[in-house]
Amino acid sequence: MTDRELQLKAVHLRKKTLEAIYEAGAGHTGGGLSCLDILNVLYNRVLNVSPETFSSPTRDRYVQSKGHSVEALYAVLADRGFFPEADLKTICHYQSHYVGHPTRHIPGIEMNTGALGHGLPICIGMALAAKMDGAKFRVFTLLGDGELAEGSNWEAALAAAHYKLDNLTAIIDHNTLQITGHTRDVMSNEPLDEKWRAFGWAVKVVNGHDYAALTEALSKPAELGKPTCVIANTTKGRGVSFMENVAKWHHGVPSEAELKQALAELDAAEAKLKEG
Amino acid sequence: MSAPAPSMFTPAAKAMAEKLGLKMGRANLDEFAATLEELAKANPNIVAVTSDSRGSGKLAPFGKALPKQIVEVGIAEQNLVGITAGLAACGKKSFGVSPGCFLTARSLEQIKNDVCYSDVPAVLIGISSGVSYGALGTTHHSLHDLAVLRAINNITILVPADNFETREAILFAAKATKPVFVRFGKAAMFGLHKPDTKFEVGKAVQLRDGNNVAFIATGETVVHALLAAGQLVERGLNCRVLSMHTIKPLDTEAILKAGRECRAVITVEEHMVNGGLGEACAAALMQAGVSKPFRIVGFPDEETVPGAQADIFRHYGISMEGLSETALQLLK
Ligand SMILES: Cc1ncc(C[n+]2csc(CCOP(=O)(O)OP(=O)(O)O)c2C)c(N)n1
Ligand SMILES: [Mg+2]
Repeated sequence: MTDRELQLKAVHLRKKTLEAIYEAGAGHTGGGLSCLDILNVLYNRVLNVSPETFSSPTRDRYVQSKGHSVEALYAVLADRGFFPEADLKTICHYQSHYVGHPTRHIPGIEMNTGALGHGLPICIGMALAAKMDGAKFRVFTLLGDGELAEGSNWEAALAAAHYKLDNLTAIIDHNTLQITGHTRDVMSNEPLDEKWRAFGWAVKVVNGHDYAALTEALSKPAELGKPTCVIANTTKGRGVSFMENVAKWHHGVPSEAELKQALAELDAAEAKLKEG
Repeated sequence: MSAPAPSMFTPAAKAMAEKLGLKMGRANLDEFAATLEELAKANPNIVAVTSDSRGSGKLAPFGKALPKQIVEVGIAEQNLVGITAGLAACGKKSFGVSPGCFLTARSLEQIKNDVCYSDVPAVLIGISSGVSYGALGTTHHSLHDLAVLRAINNITILVPADNFETREAILFAAKATKPVFVRFGKAAMFGLHKPDTKFEVGKAVQLRDGNNVAFIATGETVVHALLAAGQLVERGLNCRVLSMHTIKPLDTEAILKAGRECRAVITVEEHMVNGGLGEACAAALMQAGVSKPFRIVGFPDEETVPGAQADIFRHYGISMEGLSETALQLLK
């Protein structure tokens, strides 16, 4: 798929994400939209995984540490054929396995997440297992920038470098916001790139909405003998003007009118992409 | 169309609430936040500690009004409990406020060692506890908190049923010289108490007298037991209802009295059946040689059914109808 085809797909996936959240009456809107392009590149360009190969022991592994952005992940997995798109209408319903965080009940999901600060340690286990078995698969996780306040991430950061896990890539959705507001006001964590480098990681800083840059950063490990940290600079609420960079859209649910406006904006973006 | 949130009460349960004269209050969460702000305004020694949780804890107004009395630690619950303990050790009346699920799982070792073992007067507030977060799934449920904290020495465990009990629990916690844990949810609660009710930590409140079935309930399940007792009158049964707002120290006396005087005992809790109120009551009754038909209503040891809090309650029989049914079966 070309960059432009992927960008068009992203518009579709953003609509599906918003519709799913609206339908469920709950969800994590801002962070879903901020990581959507990353998920799109991972599942359509980078990860060696498909509905057919999902049970293969040598598939690439993706664990979404920022589990709250599950609607975006559901939208991408449905689009990739892991389950029918109609399932998105059951999110958060009584007795539906599509709960508001990822679980292994859902085809395509590797681990149950939702409590922050768990993905990276799990991925170290997976990356170590690959090394033990001489398997070639790669392991990816996606973290929120606010999530980085959890100490478990830094314990894991030490371990990944210690074990020279060059088959591991941690992606940080660097949207600079969390629930309460800006991460710099809640618990400052900058400079992130220097921190990860100091912990022994190879670091790449990219625009998290730039398909070429994401593809280049994710397609191969950055450096032999080191885990890769991709700091993806993103916009929380990306793609919908009134959601962009607004803290309350972290778990804001659009009203009918807001959904309509958001979809109209995305339609316009789609038309523009098709022209250009 | 976005689906409306399912109601916790059937039309029949709402009618019963009206018949019993129960008035809908606000969420215990709101009552907590208002009480803490009021206390902190009068006492500059009170400090709230939050982990990107001031919004969920309804403490944004507190933070605006008293910016010097709130410490934000970021998304770091272990750090939150350690910091709350350190503040308490240096004379602050510290309240660590975080979702019950993370507070009592992620930070359990800090609770055990830094708060309880070191014996500092820290207060830990588990917000949106039990299955308040419903369809967000198991990561966000705290159905283990009473069990793990019961197994740790030196902590008072309070589970208020309504706004009155919540306010009293916070007033107690603010004065306590020892560790206290309070947990509640975020749904609006019916008021259950008469205006002259006395609240005493470690003493159950009897909301209704009767000798057929004794419902010993805690927290946000108490209302359902009270409604069931109302419904069971129509079946000729007078049932006792105890609000067991203190899980530790447990009011053994009230439990034994209920066991001795009633034909059957049913415990109700928004918690797994393992290690919670029910097993505590069973132990008290057995060790005193009181053996009556007995049922623990809570969440079974299985992956919790997905759904909203109201769906989950109904699924596991925590409703007027479910509890009436359990009582009738137990008396058969
Ligand atoms: C251990 C834990 N603590 C708290 C939460 C509640 N929570 C969910 S999302 C969130 C904010 C996350 O911010 P960030 O990591 O920056 O994610 P993003 O901005 O990408 O949505 C919080 C505090 C949680 N899910 N897990
Ligand atoms: Mg963020």
